[in-house]
Amino acid sequence: MTDTGLDAPPRRKGLTRRRKRGLSRGAQYTVFVAAVIALAVTADWGRLGNQFAQTDIARRMFPDVITLALKNTVLFTVSGFVVGLALGMVIALMRLSSVGPYRWLAGIYIEIFRGLPALLIFIFIGVAVPLAFPGTEIVGGTYGKVALALGLVAAAYMAETIRAGIQAVPRGQMEAARSLGFSPARAMASVIVPQAFRIILPPLTNELVLLFKDSSLVLFLGVTLEERELSKYGRDLASQTANSTPILVAGLCYLLITIPLGFVVRRMEAKAQEAVR
Amino acid sequence: MSRPEIDVRGLYKSFGQNRVLRGIDLEIGRGEVVCVIGPSGSGKSTLLRCVNLLEEPTEGRVFVGGTELTDPDVDIDAARRRIGMVFQQFNLFPHLTVTENLTLPQRRVLRRGKARAAKVAAENLARVGLSEKADAYPSSLSGGQQQRVAIARALAMGPEVMLFDEPTSALDPELVGDVLAVMRMLADEGMTMMVVTHEMTFAREVADRVVFMDGGVIVEDGTPDRVIKAPRHERTRHFLSRLLDPAMADVEEETSDQVGGGT
Repeated sequence: MTDTGLDAPPRRKGLTRRRKRGLSRGAQYTVFVAAVIALAVTADWGRLGNQFAQTDIARRMFPDVITLALKNTVLFTVSGFVVGLALGMVIALMRLSSVGPYRWLAGIYIEIFRGLPALLIFIFIGVAVPLAFPGTEIVGGTYGKVALALGLVAAAYMAETIRAGIQAVPRGQMEAARSLGFSPARAMASVIVPQAFRIILPPLTNELVLLFKDSSLVLFLGVTLEERELSKYGRDLASQTANSTPILVAGLCYLLITIPLGFVVRRMEAKAQEAVR
Repeated sequence: MSRPEIDVRGLYKSFGQNRVLRGIDLEIGRGEVVCVIGPSGSGKSTLLRCVNLLEEPTEGRVFVGGTELTDPDVDIDAARRRIGMVFQQFNLFPHLTVTENLTLPQRRVLRRGKARAAKVAAENLARVGLSEKADAYPSSLSGGQQQRVAIARALAMGPEVMLFDEPTSALDPELVGDVLAVMRMLADEGMTMMVVTHEMTFAREVADRVVFMDGGVIVEDGTPDRVIKAPRHERTRHFLSRLLDPAMADVEEETSDQVGGGT
């Protein structure tokens, strides 16, 4: 079978390796070209253009889609990220605590909120909490609710990321800080955490991208016209105009943010790789 | 004579079943330079780390400057400010510049003002001959330079005692001299120093006393001339002969030593 066998390689009756590779590549290209042709032939381009690329509808969306919808999406995302980061930091420190109950609590929190769909959390905040605690008002109205719901979900992931980052800082750093007279808390705050954040900046940015997309779930909280973000805004306009162009435009607005962010993450990862070397 | 600067009494330290220190008594007077030598695994680094309580002793008491560090009610952070520690792996803070490495502990721990901390930092960088690297990051420095910055960082806290844990073991041979020169300067200035090292030349020329450890106990303790040139114990002779002339150690000897050393 193998070329390195002890016996002289038998004269293959079938195909040579070179020939096989050529055939395989040829087949893959054939399938690809066939699929493109089939799509081009079967698709009703006129209707698709009509449905998704109505320039006058697209034009009518501006500037609201940016000044209102994208602005709200960014606002929801950033507030959720801030809440998630603060809560995640606390949970990560609890997870690393020497006090047992803190570790257990943090572990339970992480397991629960990593396991539940974000949608369920939104419904919980939007419906269940007002029913269970009538009269309670979450500060900031819709913005507060979104920040809380997104923050609760993000905190579970961020806690694990932050914990891993803290543990990735070499032990000698804590020893050096302690031997200089830093208390454990102060060493953590001035020496360990700043280094941990350098390590976890790429995964944290990824989390920001995920939150950006999850902010669309605010749809299920019921929002006023002024509080609409990209998805809700696109959907509303799509049903108003009976056309899908707004969906396409809203989608492009998401990509406007997520693609550059992804680029930044890859840059940071490449830089971190360099630093290790 | 006044009380010793470092006083270790009846020190035991175990890591699980592994008994690393088995009853250490050691006194180091003010201004004394003591080199601790011994084969790897003899417990010399653990002893040093027990002196500033980076390792908690299993049993025994440690006094530095008259304060008992092993007392559970002592303010360990305050006590450690008087004890400078230099590590084998430098342990500089990589996210800070050289100057910031020196100023951050002063500001956060000693609560010194910005200008004062910067002034002290500059003075101590000058002492170790690295003023021109003030704004560099540790990663751009050679190992020897990093270690000198680490010494300056410890000195900026104004310690009364300096502990050195194999300060030159991670350095390329040609960089060792610069670090030893700084340590020699400190010794000449009258700093109380406890140095775990393999640098026999340094021990012979700078140390007031040399302590030889093996198997978790102090085997010999005396002047460099006594311990290095005229060791009384077979274990010391054995260690020194192999250290001073590694090429002479043959395989047979090493086997018998391992059997002997393991007991």
